[in-house]
Amino acid sequence: MDFQEKLVQNLVSKYGRDRENLLPILQGVIDQERYLSEEVILKIAKEMSIPAAHVYGTASFYSFLDIEPRGKYVIRVCKTITCAMKGKNQIILAIEDFLKIKVGETTIDKKFTILQTNCLGWCHKAPAMLINDEVYTELTTESVVDILREYKAKE
Amino acid sequence: MTTTAAKKQLHRIDLIFKHEDDCKEILRNAFSRSDQEIVNEMVNSGLKGRGGAGFPTGLKWKLAAESDEKEKYVICNADEGEPGTFKDREILSRVPHKVLSGMAVCAKIIGAQKGYIYLRGEYKFLVPDLNKELGKFHDILDDLGLDFRVEIFLGSGAYICGEESALIESMEGKRGEPRNKPPFPSVRGFKGKPTVVNNVETLAHSYTILKFGAKKFRDLGVKDSRGSKVFSVSGDTPIPGIYELELGMTVQDFVDDFSDGDCKAVQVGGASGFLVPRKRFGKTTIGYEGKLTGISLPTGGSMMIFNSSRSMYNVLNNYLEFFEEESCGQCTPCRVGCQQLLKGIRAVKRGEKPASYLDQLLKLTETMKLTAKCGLGQSVANSFSSIVENFREEMIY
Amino acid sequence: MANMVNLTINGIAVSVEEDKTILEAAKHLHIKIPTLCYHKDLCVAGNCRVCVVEQVGNHKLVASCATPVAEGMEINTNTLKVRNCRKHIIELLLTEHREECTKCYRNGHCELQALAAEYQITNQDFIDLVPDKNYTIDMLSPAIVKDDSKCIRCQRCVRTCAEIQSVGAIAVAHKGSEMKISTFFDRSLDEVVCTNCGQCIVHCPTGALTEKSYVENVWDAIADPDTHVIVQTAPAVRIGLGEELGLGIGTRVTGKMVSALKRLGFDSVLDTDFTADLTIMEEGTELLTRLKRALVDDDPEVALPMATSCSPGWVKYIEHKYPEYLPNLSSCKSPQQMFGALAKTYYAKNIEVDPENIVSVSIMPCTAKKFEANRPEMKDSGYKDVDFVLTTRELAVMIRQAGIEFEKLNDESFDSIMGIGSGAGVIFGASGGVMEAALRTAYEIVTGREVPFDNLEITPVRGLEGVKEATVKIEGTIEAWSFLEGVELKCAITNGLENAHQLLDAIRKGDKFYHFIEVMACPGGCLGGGGQPFPVDNEIRLKRMNALYEEDRNLPIRKAHENPEIIQVYKEFLEEPLSHKSHKLLHTSYVKREQY
Repeated sequence: MDFQEKLVQNLVSKYGRDRENLLPILQGVIDQERYLSEEVILKIAKEMSIPAAHVYGTASFYSFLDIEPRGKYVIRVCKTITCAMKGKNQIILAIEDFLKIKVGETTIDKKFTILQTNCLGWCHKAPAMLINDEVYTELTTESVVDILREYKAKE
Repeated sequence: MTTTAAKKQLHRIDLIFKHEDDCKEILRNAFSRSDQEIVNEMVNSGLKGRGGAGFPTGLKWKLAAESDEKEKYVICNADEGEPGTFKDREILSRVPHKVLSGMAVCAKIIGAQKGYIYLRGEYKFLVPDLNKELGKFHDILDDLGLDFRVEIFLGSGAYICGEESALIESMEGKRGEPRNKPPFPSVRGFKGKPTVVNNVETLAHSYTILKFGAKKFRDLGVKDSRGSKVFSVSGDTPIPGIYELELGMTVQDFVDDFSDGDCKAVQVGGASGFLVPRKRFGKTTIGYEGKLTGISLPTGGSMMIFNSSRSMYNVLNNYLEFFEEESCGQCTPCRVGCQQLLKGIRAVKRGEKPASYLDQLLKLTETMKLTAKCGLGQSVANSFSSIVENFREEMIY
Repeated sequence: MANMVNLTINGIAVSVEEDKTILEAAKHLHIKIPTLCYHKDLCVAGNCRVCVVEQVGNHKLVASCATPVAEGMEINTNTLKVRNCRKHIIELLLTEHREECTKCYRNGHCELQALAAEYQITNQDFIDLVPDKNYTIDMLSPAIVKDDSKCIRCQRCVRTCAEIQSVGAIAVAHKGSEMKISTFFDRSLDEVVCTNCGQCIVHCPTGALTEKSYVENVWDAIADPDTHVIVQTAPAVRIGLGEELGLGIGTRVTGKMVSALKRLGFDSVLDTDFTADLTIMEEGTELLTRLKRALVDDDPEVALPMATSCSPGWVKYIEHKYPEYLPNLSSCKSPQQMFGALAKTYYAKNIEVDPENIVSVSIMPCTAKKFEANRPEMKDSGYKDVDFVLTTRELAVMIRQAGIEFEKLNDESFDSIMGIGSGAGVIFGASGGVMEAALRTAYEIVTGREVPFDNLEITPVRGLEGVKEATVKIEGTIEAWSFLEGVELKCAITNGLENAHQLLDAIRKGDKFYHFIEVMACPGGCLGGGGQPFPVDNEIRLKRMNALYEEDRNLPIRKAHENPEIIQVYKEFLEEPLSHKSHKLLHTSYVKREQY
């Protein structure tokens, strides 16, 4: 049994096979894999007896349930109004410049993906971003590079 | 802050965030009263849904209580996604026990054994602390003999899931697409069972009401807008943050307190709310009568301040990009309407469409308001028309 | 009785049951409210919003398809506000829709086009969104074309595929402006669990889902002087073609159809009913053989219930979703494929034409037959057994193109050989028909007597119900079949794959036991097939069904084994049912497939 199969089986036995457990199961995969591959969705569909197209359709509805390969650290910069007003474009340029990739892309070592996202709920501390589940606020072009440098140093 | 002679300092309320460690006492007391008494207390308080839709909370509880179904649910809506809103995160991290107490009292009244906090995925970092809090809270319930358990259900990044029926669909493992109403969730909700969905802040207020009585709450605010409200203040202000204020203030009062003196407009109620231009500051009150804190969606108390350097075209463009992406996409007026509005203002700005095309788009927002399936599509008209009508010249090339 | 509710619509009072919607109440008053996402066969979606109406006291409009009636409700369906909103909604749909009506297969049969005409949407003020969309057209399936640029996102197809067919090959994916109807990771329909049943096509209001057309290929073949083009016509075509050509629903047009096909230039016009009869002989014998293995030989390997295999949508469903039931499928090919295999062998020899030069066309009420004809295993004649499959609708296209005044045609008869069918063959087109046809023959073989039903009409197996059951007690057997004496033959009939799914689950759980089950992928059987006329609902299906039984009643031969051409084909060519030759030509096996 490969890793993905084990992961899906563990999640399904943890949460149950009813449709209402689909989101927690998909989230569980994201926590480990950062995205939902065709194989994983198919396995979940089989385990839960939901048509695979419907699992795909549900996953694709949610911004955090990525269906494309992502890096180990997914950076989501808030692009909604207050963050836009407070310079999120400059933050993105700084990130792109530091990681040498554009928004929507993943670094070659599969470590970072840059995305934009809608309101993170930190408007009073804009601009804000998430790296996986971690929040970073009141970003400056300098502070964001410092943060990324630390992630880069991590294994 | 401006220093006009008539300036009146806004009344800062300290109810919600006041740290009180007496939730066991509050609950014991509440459980000793009859369900009818509690419902009356809630109705008399005048508390309305703080997510933005403003449905009377007591009535919602009453409707669910009236159902004979055995299985019922209480859901705390913590899918706060409205741009400019962050109060629920603050409430859940500072006074979660108040929210849980509100849920427990509601559960007792309607007869639910199970509750959920639908927490937006963006707030996942709150989960460990909330779970700790839940452990403590469940012990209290056990001591008091109430068979009720609360679990956290995590969202995954979809604004529309703040709409209560979309939230329920999402909890059922589906796409978060709003349902046809009627039936409303209080009749047929999660798993087809009667379900009360209340906003985080609403539940926290119910704690205040249970502790101090309906009167204390009702004494705050005006006419149809009773009590205090937690505001999320952001944008061009020296003091962004969370503030609990009395309902019924004018936008002018607010601006006097929160702006640095250069305030062009205030967006009340987030992207789905209204833009109030300077000339209307004095005439617009914040409450559930007239132009509201928000319409139909969990906006509840977002105040975004724009100074004179801001382009209202860019602001509207940003909102419309948001809606175009966050519409669930199922109904025609919202899915296609949002695309048309976004493309439309861009075409006018680029000179590809005449200025009069804006009037065409205004008519379209009227159709969206009348025909969209849920509050999202219906409320896009709010910001669109209030921005285009007040800042028309900024929209045109 | 349900409680009655009083309301007014456009000032007219009406009283309806409390569980009705505004739309249904309006229908009572003969007030038509336009709809797009609504379909009688499906659950209510309420997403297109064209059916909005004004409810006095409500400042918003309400979707009449999704709003239940209430006491004292005052509804207005035709106010200025309503009309303006509807117009806007139609205009919005048109901006997402590639408007190329004259090039569209659904031109003239499109619900969006009709509505746009009705509301006189002449000028398009809003911005055309199509250029910025990355629309794709999936043409890789041999049966179904999915053109996203024509889609209005009403989700009728998605609901059909999930609710009626329990397949779920297509679903709604993404959100906002990106929202679309998609397969698993947007693969081609050719690669996914799609059964090609075409129910999505008959439920689609526009040209977003259509059958893959082979009309031009057939015209080319007819025009080629070196080819001998033969055509077979399935039973349900003769009760659907008239409807498609503007005659009443359920009009029987067998003779006119034959006449039209001859005028189109087919060299020989033959009947799938012939191989339907042949299927009865082969499948009936296979069933009796399986029963013998089970009852006499105690063979644990024998798979019961035996399931019919004439419906290619059902066969593919099993391959994808219940591969463990593959051994239960009868090994018989469908009548279409039996016909194809015989056309290029038995028929070719008989009329002395080189099978190489035969083009074998079939007219089917079905889109899955297009896929079936393209299965790699369907080449037992040494050639592609069936070259082109056209739907009832495509045949109507050819007839119109040829300028044939269909209703004026005289009746003509099928050519021979392979042109005679019995009433048993005809009723293959209705759910329960294969079962009835099989029982008419099998009972007689086993007992020497006619099946004990009035006028051979086995009514318990007829009708539109999801699952029908019948038990036939076998008594007074002739000697060769005495092991069946006293056996109660348990049969079930189902139509629509959701019903099939329920039936299979009941069998799997052991809640039900049957010897023989008939499954048709489409609701009502082939008469409600994916290649039949638009629109469709149960009222229409029932009329078509009655027409088929009427056709049966009017035929001189009503039992497969009495068909003289069947007797002839065994005598001259096949020898006997399940012979070596029939095994080679008329039987096949199926494969397990992926579950997405």
